[in-house]
Amino acid sequence: MEGRWTKLALRIWAALILLFLFIPILLIFFYAFNTSNIESWPIAGLTFKWFTATWNDSDVRSALVLSLQAGLAATALALVLGSCAAFAIHRTTFFGRDAVSLLFILPLALPGIITGIALNAFFNFGGITFSIWTIVVGHATFCIVVVYNNVLARLRRTQGSLVEAAADLGANGFQTFKDITLPLISTSVVAGAMLAFALSFDEVIVTTFTAGAQSTLPIWIFGQIRHGILLPEVNVVVSFVILVTIIPVLVAARLTGGGGAARVPAAR
Amino acid sequence: MAVTDAGRLRKNRGAAPLQTLLWRWPWVRPALLLTPPLAWFVLVYLTSLVLLLITAFWTIDTFTTQIVQVWNLDNFRIILTEPAYRLIIGRTVGIAALVTVTDGLLAFPFAYYMAKVASRRTQTILFAAVLLPLWASYLARVYAWILILNHSGILNWSLQSIGLPPANIGYTNTAMWLVFSYIWLPFMIIPTYAALERVPDSLLEAAADLGARRWRAVLDIVVPLAIPGVVAGSIFTFSLTLGDYITPILVGGAGSTFIGNVVYIGAFEAL
Repeated sequence: MEGRWTKLALRIWAALILLFLFIPILLIFFYAFNTSNIESWPIAGLTFKWFTATWNDSDVRSALVLSLQAGLAATALALVLGSCAAFAIHRTTFFGRDAVSLLFILPLALPGIITGIALNAFFNFGGITFSIWTIVVGHATFCIVVVYNNVLARLRRTQGSLVEAAADLGANGFQTFKDITLPLISTSVVAGAMLAFALSFDEVIVTTFTAGAQSTLPIWIFGQIRHGILLPEVNVVVSFVILVTIIPVLVAARLTGGGGAARVPAAR
Repeated sequence: MAVTDAGRLRKNRGAAPLQTLLWRWPWVRPALLLTPPLAWFVLVYLTSLVLLLITAFWTIDTFTTQIVQVWNLDNFRIILTEPAYRLIIGRTVGIAALVTVTDGLLAFPFAYYMAKVASRRTQTILFAAVLLPLWASYLARVYAWILILNHSGILNWSLQSIGLPPANIGYTNTAMWLVFSYIWLPFMIIPTYAALERVPDSLLEAAADLGARRWRAVLDIVVPLAIPGVVAGSIFTFSLTLGDYITPILVGGAGSTFIGNVVYIGAFEAL
């Protein structure tokens, strides 16, 4: 419906934005193969030596393990608590409902540093020693919101009449949940979990305040970049992190894209 | 048929008392569901925030540098009157606002293209393409710009190869503005796109039927309906920039201290 020139202009704009988004990321991959340990363009030559060096770096390995453990634990917690919250808030009215839903969104709406420093004060005040669990507590607090938002958005879009129809046909609460509600919301739950894990896996702002002396992968990367040391290894680690995250994103896009496609006929 | 129905009924009987309970007192279900997440937020998050707020009214003993539980407003007076703090607050809020506006301008046409012009397939691909950098580590994206903007980086190399003088914007506020706009752009695109996608095409068709030109229909119908999405994206972008201290450390220079950096330094000196 747009004019030909408007369409063309929009298409060019979209292409430029994509280039803007992707060129910096792709650049890191080139640097990961740089023979020189000085980061200048154009790169001096191609080599694999930094990959073996990084693989043999025990600091990198333990940081990776800690990040994975904390991310999975935080995601699991967020999945349970966030879904509970979404179901509780959806289609109910009670005194203070708006305040409660605001409270859930707060960790994402407030700057991360406030969550970080507040939790830091909490742990210090309570005499809690920093461990993987203090990291998990911090991560779960802002991951809950992501699951909550995703599930609530989907619940709002599903029709209540489906649940009522199931009840009319004699299904009990559990059957209705298993056969009607769960299939309707499952992709939003998975998408929520993926986003939660992604947030947790590369979170550095809150983590700095809740990790104590431990190093997650982002904290390791931050330290290296800041002091400008081991940059060739940083290139490798960062490329690895980017590659690992591509797969879940494509899965999530397919899930929500499929879900979106399925929803269109229902909406019309 | 009758047999299976009877079987199903029998199977349902076990759940009956709970069902009746939930039906008779409809508040029981949400109350049960709400308790765990609410307990988490009140016990961990709200307590932490209140604690933070309380300590803001306490004093630091300048001699021992220990926090003393004496109530006063000294900390607030210092922050509001000390010129250094006011400069930092102004810089942080100013750059956050600038980044929000930049991202809004960059994101809107892109989101519009995604939602209203692109085919269903392109739409899915573009959506994944925006999510991808959002997923790619935050530090990776900041780091990429260090590689681009440094003296012998790709920016200066490109400028030189077309005969322009090098743009030494590495480690300046300009670099910070650029990097912030880059890293938070997906957070602006996605809510804007979500809002635009929800605008029914029929409204635009109706506007066209009533004789509105395309750009008039976009301005009067699409833009107002997209405002909630743009606002949501702006809150993300603004708040994420406001609370950041990593990017100022990594790509900023001597005059790039953010509020977050003051907090960061303070927190780790106190430890």
